[in-house]
Amino acid sequence: MAKKIPLKRKYEMMTRGLAWDTTYQDMDDVYPYDKFEGIKIHDWDAWEDPFRLTQDAYWKYQAEKERKLYAVIDSFAQNNGQLGLSDARYLGALKLFLTGVSPLEYQAHRHFAHLARNIRGTGAQVAAQMQSIDELRHAQTQIHAISHYNKYFDGLHDFTHMHDRVWYLSVPKSFFDDAVSAGPFEFFTAISFSFEYVLTNLLFVPFMSGAAYNGDLATVTFGFSAQSDESRHMTLGLEVIKFLLEQDEANVPIIQHWIDKWFWRGHRLLSLVGMMMDYMLPKKIMSWKDAWEMYFEEQGGALFEDLARYGIRPPMHAEQANNEKHRISHEVWAIFYQYTHAAGFHTWDIDDEHKAWLSAEYPDTFDKYYRPRLDLWKQMAADGNRYYNMALPQLCQVCQIPMGFTEPDDPTTICFRSREYQGDRYHFCSDGCQYIFDHEPEKYIQAWLPVHQIFQGNCGGAEIPDVLNWYHLNLGVDNMAYEGSAEEKIWNDWMATRRVGAART
Amino acid sequence: MNVDIKAEDFTPRRHTYSNVARRYGEDRPASRYDEATYDLQATTNFHYRPLWAPEFEIFDTRRTAVVMEDWYAFDDPRQFYYATYNISRANMNAAADRAFEFVDQRDLMSRVEPGWLETVRHYLVPVRHFEWAADLNSLRITDYGYGTRVTSAAMFAAADRLGMAQLLTRIGLVLDGYDEAGLQTARTAWLEAPDWQGVRRLAEDTLVIDDWFETFVAQYLAADGMLHPLVYGVFDDAGLDHGATAVSMMCEFMVDWLKDNARWVDALVQVAAAESPENAELISGWYRTWRDRAVEAVSPLATTVLGDAGDSSVGTIKDALDARATGLGLEA
Ligand SMILES: [Fe+2]
Ligand SMILES: [Fe+2]
Ligand SMILES: [Zn+2]
Repeated sequence: MAKKIPLKRKYEMMTRGLAWDTTYQDMDDVYPYDKFEGIKIHDWDAWEDPFRLTQDAYWKYQAEKERKLYAVIDSFAQNNGQLGLSDARYLGALKLFLTGVSPLEYQAHRHFAHLARNIRGTGAQVAAQMQSIDELRHAQTQIHAISHYNKYFDGLHDFTHMHDRVWYLSVPKSFFDDAVSAGPFEFFTAISFSFEYVLTNLLFVPFMSGAAYNGDLATVTFGFSAQSDESRHMTLGLEVIKFLLEQDEANVPIIQHWIDKWFWRGHRLLSLVGMMMDYMLPKKIMSWKDAWEMYFEEQGGALFEDLARYGIRPPMHAEQANNEKHRISHEVWAIFYQYTHAAGFHTWDIDDEHKAWLSAEYPDTFDKYYRPRLDLWKQMAADGNRYYNMALPQLCQVCQIPMGFTEPDDPTTICFRSREYQGDRYHFCSDGCQYIFDHEPEKYIQAWLPVHQIFQGNCGGAEIPDVLNWYHLNLGVDNMAYEGSAEEKIWNDWMATRRVGAART
Repeated sequence: MNVDIKAEDFTPRRHTYSNVARRYGEDRPASRYDEATYDLQATTNFHYRPLWAPEFEIFDTRRTAVVMEDWYAFDDPRQFYYATYNISRANMNAAADRAFEFVDQRDLMSRVEPGWLETVRHYLVPVRHFEWAADLNSLRITDYGYGTRVTSAAMFAAADRLGMAQLLTRIGLVLDGYDEAGLQTARTAWLEAPDWQGVRRLAEDTLVIDDWFETFVAQYLAADGMLHPLVYGVFDDAGLDHGATAVSMMCEFMVDWLKDNARWVDALVQVAAAESPENAELISGWYRTWRDRAVEAVSPLATTVLGDAGDSSVGTIKDALDARATGLGLEA
């Protein structure tokens, strides 16, 4: 009869037991990339497996989840599930997600494969391999879940082409390129810890809750289905950090710097999510400010208290980020409102009900700083003079967002920072971005900055329509104001038919 | 509310994503496989060079000497995307579970002749380490490969290899009545037994290949092409005379896998070789090098298990492999 082997031991046989120290080839040749960052690891055996999932169990669980998920996606398409949306404006969030986030899922898949191949601790390798295939899942299922929307709505149709080219999509793209071009332990810190563990509730959750609140059944089903994957990714993120910190004291300052860097990089990336939450969801989940307080200030605060025993302090620019919670969503919306002719999604004038909500959520800032601007723009649009900014913006060299953020102590003054490096001057939106540049100038001077590239003639031509063609934006369809768009028309037609249908019964 | 559906116009404004439509040459409904695999990987405007390999872009066609006009010319005949892949393997695995149960219920292990059981422990259980190396090689292809048509299938293959390494671990435990000492013995054989050293050296040498397409040929055509038919075909057949039905049943997953996976391997090699005479020559050269290495590596093991018949069995497998390679447009 079968003897009982403890689960932990059995899992070790199924993972670490498979590997061996090579002798015909030098281990440093088999694993050439896990030392150059200066991270010291003395004992991979001390690694605690963050989850114990064998491949056969993985196939079983994931296959079951996929059967359910695709049943929902199929019936959603058959029953024209798009009619259940709160409003066609909701699509903006989905466009941002498919063009900005799904390609990152894909990138995560490829680079977790890199980690799984190149870290010499087998426990960590296997965990990274599981995450690699999970992230491929996320990319592929998102494409399938959104495929039906693409048939009826604009701005979704060429998301990978756009991700490689469109100006604001260089924000998420450069974020991830930064992580994958770093060493394996920085990538772990950047993505598994800072992004998936610390900030995930401010990225993934807002999109998925936004879908739930706004009747997007296809995306919300995907979101639920991905939850168990994400919880594995989060536990991996925490385990990696604790493991590295416990292995050697010399690792602490290295990790601290990475946390400082990736916190700020993540915070800047999330300003796009903040805009989405406060401005683009017809039915709001919560304000960006509340989300920041709950998920970063409270939960993140507790986490960093816990990490203090390793000598880790909260991220360097956390105070500035907390300070910005009253403004960034408004500042970013203003950027996109002005440049919506060059974007793959629509923006619109904010109605009174929405303004009242913003005013209540942001009592210290909205009425004072942002409402007057929205009122003015609405008036201009009513006068037939909808505001589009035709000058190309200056971009931050690090986060690549147009310079629209403001001074820490003055929300009415744009924040400019700059540095000279090897005879050229580089510009930054904030102290955080400048700090990141200062540590690795030779990296950030390589950045493919969309506006520079346009001026250098690398983006299809000198005129804005040339550039938009090069982006594969269908002019007058994918871009411009929501008011008067094809999307508004189709939506209103559907809704009008439904009202007639309802009235007849 | 009674909705008058007929009055509503649900004519799609487009049928698939633009990148897929461009590949089809027209806008028409696409397969899920195509939407999930075409053009997913970034191809241009990378922001930074990898600190760990500054001579390359993050994704770079120069990671292999094989040249393709279009890296999306490959087709996985199985049309695997994540969902269909996992469902396929969950089904194969359910069959494996039933086999293990059957072996247990009928106590089939007791029918294996003790001497042969010793042989099985020696030739079969160390293969889990070979599969681990194959997993690493698959991850290398996933990492350095160019284009999702190649890399997503490589990811699935990586999961397959890990799954088989773990299945072999499970078999190893069954062979020893759930005593983990058997795994340790097999590990020692892998590390030290003279008849295993050729295979281990082969595995370690494939781990340091720079060109991912060469890794692919070495692992998936040459090493797998020799070792899998030997272990799961010839050795397994020999076991039938020694009451080893249980072993065959527990290994069926691997037999099914090899057939299934070969469809992908062959399609990939065939398309790459047909692309140009230069590709065909390059891949043929890799094939011959690694085939010779694999033949040499597995021969001592064949002799251990089959005695004098070992060499001729290896020769038969080699001939079949050469015929397969020739059929794919290679010069064997
Ligand atoms: Fe993901
Ligand atoms: Fe994740
Ligand atoms: Zn910045």
